[in-house]
Amino acid sequence: MELNVTELSVARGGLPVLEGVSLSLAPGQALVLRGPNGSGKTTLLRTIAGLQPALAGNVTGAEDRIAYAGHADGLKAMLSVSENLTFWAAVFGTRHVDAALAAFALEPLADRLAGTLSAGQKRRLGLARLLVTGRPIWVLDEPTVSLDADAVTLFADAVRAHLAGGGMALIATHIDLGLEAAVLDVTPHRVVLDAARLGASDEAFL
Amino acid sequence: MRALLVRDLRLALRAGGGFGLGLAFFLIVVVLVPFSVGPQSELLGRIAAGVLWLAALLACLLSLDRILALDFEDGTLDVLATAPLPLEAALSVKALAHWLTTAVPLVVAAPVLAVLLNLPAAGYGGLVLSLLLGTPALSVIGTFGAALTVGIKRGGLLLSLLVLPLYVPTLIFGAEAARRSADGLDATTPLLMLAGISAGVLALMPFASAAVLRVNLR
Repeated sequence: MELNVTELSVARGGLPVLEGVSLSLAPGQALVLRGPNGSGKTTLLRTIAGLQPALAGNVTGAEDRIAYAGHADGLKAMLSVSENLTFWAAVFGTRHVDAALAAFALEPLADRLAGTLSAGQKRRLGLARLLVTGRPIWVLDEPTVSLDADAVTLFADAVRAHLAGGGMALIATHIDLGLEAAVLDVTPHRVVLDAARLGASDEAFL
Repeated sequence: MRALLVRDLRLALRAGGGFGLGLAFFLIVVVLVPFSVGPQSELLGRIAAGVLWLAALLACLLSLDRILALDFEDGTLDVLATAPLPLEAALSVKALAHWLTTAVPLVVAAPVLAVLLNLPAAGYGGLVLSLLLGTPALSVIGTFGAALTVGIKRGGLLLSLLVLPLYVPTLIFGAEAARRSADGLDATTPLLMLAGISAGVLALMPFASAAVLRVNLR
């Protein structure tokens, strides 16, 4: 089933940031979001993932099918790498974490506490979590932050394998992952706020 | 759900989990009360039930902001919100984990510490029973408060101000039940009221907690 987003408007902190965004993803497809800092990529991804309501527009085909990876990895410093993954696997109703460990070269680190990992290793563990969710749509916000070149290749391979298995991926990133993916630049959809609209949406006076 | 419970218990018991925080606070308060009140064992015996209940309530309050704040900071709540587990269930499990790690040790320690306060022998059963019935309400209401203040850095003060009024009925009936049984009177009515409060908030609060958490995750 496709993911369809039609005429979506999203807001952050009560202010609209993007409007009229439409996109669609079929199984096996990936879409890369681009746009300068603060252009609303994160807000758009969070809205599509269902973490916040849209101002207008529709998202269909996303219900219970999205694995979201934001800036934070959702890891516990005092749990080991495999304990962290096993927990997320159990929450999402899957069992096998070995493939996810292997895909991101985490096997030698499996018994280390997540708190003792480097930033790049933590990021790899955060991305390995996507594999154990078993969900078809990956919504990724800057997934390659703090990854080195080898790890970026691992990540691109994981995305390719996911797409080859009929998955979908929506990725906000600035670097070229070498994926055959369509690119959506959000810049034309940015909302330019004038003074009147700023005043009208001041939450303190609502 | 079991995975979440196991994870929360494991985190609480490992270094830095804050497992002993509430218990240590409870211990300190109860040990210091006889020093501040003075060596009047008859007076101590009369206030023992109230002091123990108040100390248990404050010890619970102390650990509330840990229920959700850490999971919010590291992004766990974002992922949980998109997981197949309903947020209501996840928050109920987190409240249960808080009860098991904070309130149950207090219930176990209370009869031991009651000796220090010269609680009359008849009151031990009522004290433990009232704490067992009342503390689940403290954990569930506390989870609601934690969900309300989760986005706020250092929200502990606001959390206390919001939660304390909601704790008052539990405190009144809990302390009343413990006091009546210490005086050798029938404590059935306050115990039933206490059980009613706990059952009510257990049934309703998770929905309120999940609703405010969804707003806070935006």
